[in-house]
Amino acid sequence: MASKIVSLTLNGREIEIMVKPLMTVQTLVREQLGYTATKAGCKQGGCGGCTVLVDGEPMQSCLLPVEDIAGRQVTTLEGLTPSDGLHPIQEAFYENFATQCGFCTPGMILVVKALLDRNPSPSREEIVDSLTGNYCRCTGYEPIIQAVSDAAQRMNGR
Amino acid sequence: MTVAEQPLNVVGQSVNRRDGLGHVTGKTVYVDDISFPDMLHLKMVRSPVPHAKINGIDFSEAEKVPGFVRALTHKDVPKNVYTILTLIGVGPDEEPVLAEDKVMYQGEQVAAIVAETEQAAMEAVSRVKLDLEELPAVFDVEEALKDGAPILKDWGTNYFVYDYEYDLQNPSRKVRFGDVEKGFAEADFIVEERYQTSPIEHAPTETTGCIAKPEPDGRITVYTNTQALFFTLDNTALILQVPFQKLHFVGGTVGGGFGGKVDVIVEPIATLAAMLTGHPVRYAFSREEEMRSSSSRGAWRMCFKDGVTKDGRILARQVTSYADAGAYNRHTPYAVTKHAANVAGPYRIPNVSIDAYCVYTNRQPSSAMRGFAVTPASFATEVQMDKIAETVGMDPWEIRFINAYRNGEMRPHQKEVEDATLIEVMQAAAELVGHELSEDYKQMSSGWGE
Repeated sequence: MASKIVSLTLNGREIEIMVKPLMTVQTLVREQLGYTATKAGCKQGGCGGCTVLVDGEPMQSCLLPVEDIAGRQVTTLEGLTPSDGLHPIQEAFYENFATQCGFCTPGMILVVKALLDRNPSPSREEIVDSLTGNYCRCTGYEPIIQAVSDAAQRMNGR
Repeated sequence: MTVAEQPLNVVGQSVNRRDGLGHVTGKTVYVDDISFPDMLHLKMVRSPVPHAKINGIDFSEAEKVPGFVRALTHKDVPKNVYTILTLIGVGPDEEPVLAEDKVMYQGEQVAAIVAETEQAAMEAVSRVKLDLEELPAVFDVEEALKDGAPILKDWGTNYFVYDYEYDLQNPSRKVRFGDVEKGFAEADFIVEERYQTSPIEHAPTETTGCIAKPEPDGRITVYTNTQALFFTLDNTALILQVPFQKLHFVGGTVGGGFGGKVDVIVEPIATLAAMLTGHPVRYAFSREEEMRSSSSRGAWRMCFKDGVTKDGRILARQVTSYADAGAYNRHTPYAVTKHAANVAGPYRIPNVSIDAYCVYTNRQPSSAMRGFAVTPASFATEVQMDKIAETVGMDPWEIRFINAYRNGEMRPHQKEVEDATLIEVMQAAAELVGHELSEDYKQMSSGWGE
């Protein structure tokens, strides 16, 4: 099968890219475009490190063919980060020590962005539930849960 | 102003992590985030079986894959056989970088394929034909020490030989203290039990990997996620027989390690491939390789025999432990020494005898992981303490206070206790869980009340 040209919006910019059949969004952003905040942990949908937002919904980019999301809005962590500092979720992760090795952090933050967009005041149970697809082998889940509560408060206060 | 009066800037303060901003913005650079336009990819041909003689390797079909650059075998590696702990005097060398005439575990590195893309390297690997003659394998530490077990090491045993530096041939790391037979004779109860732990995979979210890049001045820069940067540099230089200053290792950013990234596996072969091709070469484990081929936490089997009096004093402890090193040393000979020093537990026992064996089997090698060798010892020792309490009919807290070691006492491996805190930790723990201790134990101190 031949490669084809796909148009989509990445971090607010409209782009056209040449993609091979079944090439994943993970390969596109990391290898073709150099947006390396999106991680390649397991490449089989198991770790959540490769999470991106597609029209605001978290998706695992390692299992997502680029041709399936033609015309849609894709956000990586680079697109969430304001040019003049940090997003409140990033501030909350930083100040609550919700990072250890940092490898799961980009995926965690994007999942939390989607959660807080649809539920600005989640309960602890809802926070835990939203993070079940994201693996932190340093086992720093408790500070991550605290950071999500803190992020919700910061965003509601603004 | 005295030092004591100076304000504290860090102790007692909340200080943000230096790497935290990189982590929350995704700007932290891990090895996998680095690439070079002319970079080649290395993938490994691995043994499909746990134990076999290698009669031949046929690369002819692999060479036809578009993008294939070259294959590497043990003949390309200047000093192919090594042992990681040679840097602290452990020997002899026993692990090949690439297998020579036999393979010792399923997943062992046999030959490397270098290609222009990762896909091409994987395709070429799948087309390499190994001519193997399977040999009987052994998977259990006690089976491996029985007569008739297949012998895995050139020196003729399935155990590491200790004390060779003193011209001794000890099959185990031995600790002898007092007289255990005398202790058993004076005891009211004998408490015997076997304990077993299993291998555990570290499962770091970022798999083990590196990129080796030749520089115009002849040096090689190695970007790696090793947990042991200079240890790995030194071993790589020894394996490649190059001066240390020819290698420049860049690291420190590790996407999860937990002890799984202290072995020296990807760097020597990637560096060699970079030297031989003149290109940057990337060698990173797939998730499957990380799970099935990388070192795991070692499995232990520990057999305890304790002599105890009616009033709960442990008079003698005899332990025989077997560490499953898997096919090669990695860090296990050292782990066994740590284990032997700690398996009597933080208790004062006048008669102790320990034999800890580093045993080779046809399983994937085990190595470092968070307290390795001591964690299983603590598990076994503490379950054993509960069993002793049950046998004697005493409270499990009480049995530990009665036997707790204190400052100034000699431990079985001839180290004087200087920093005991067991009693104080148990007192604090009892308070936290709301367990009422008797006045005697509340007043007890590791310093004998000084």
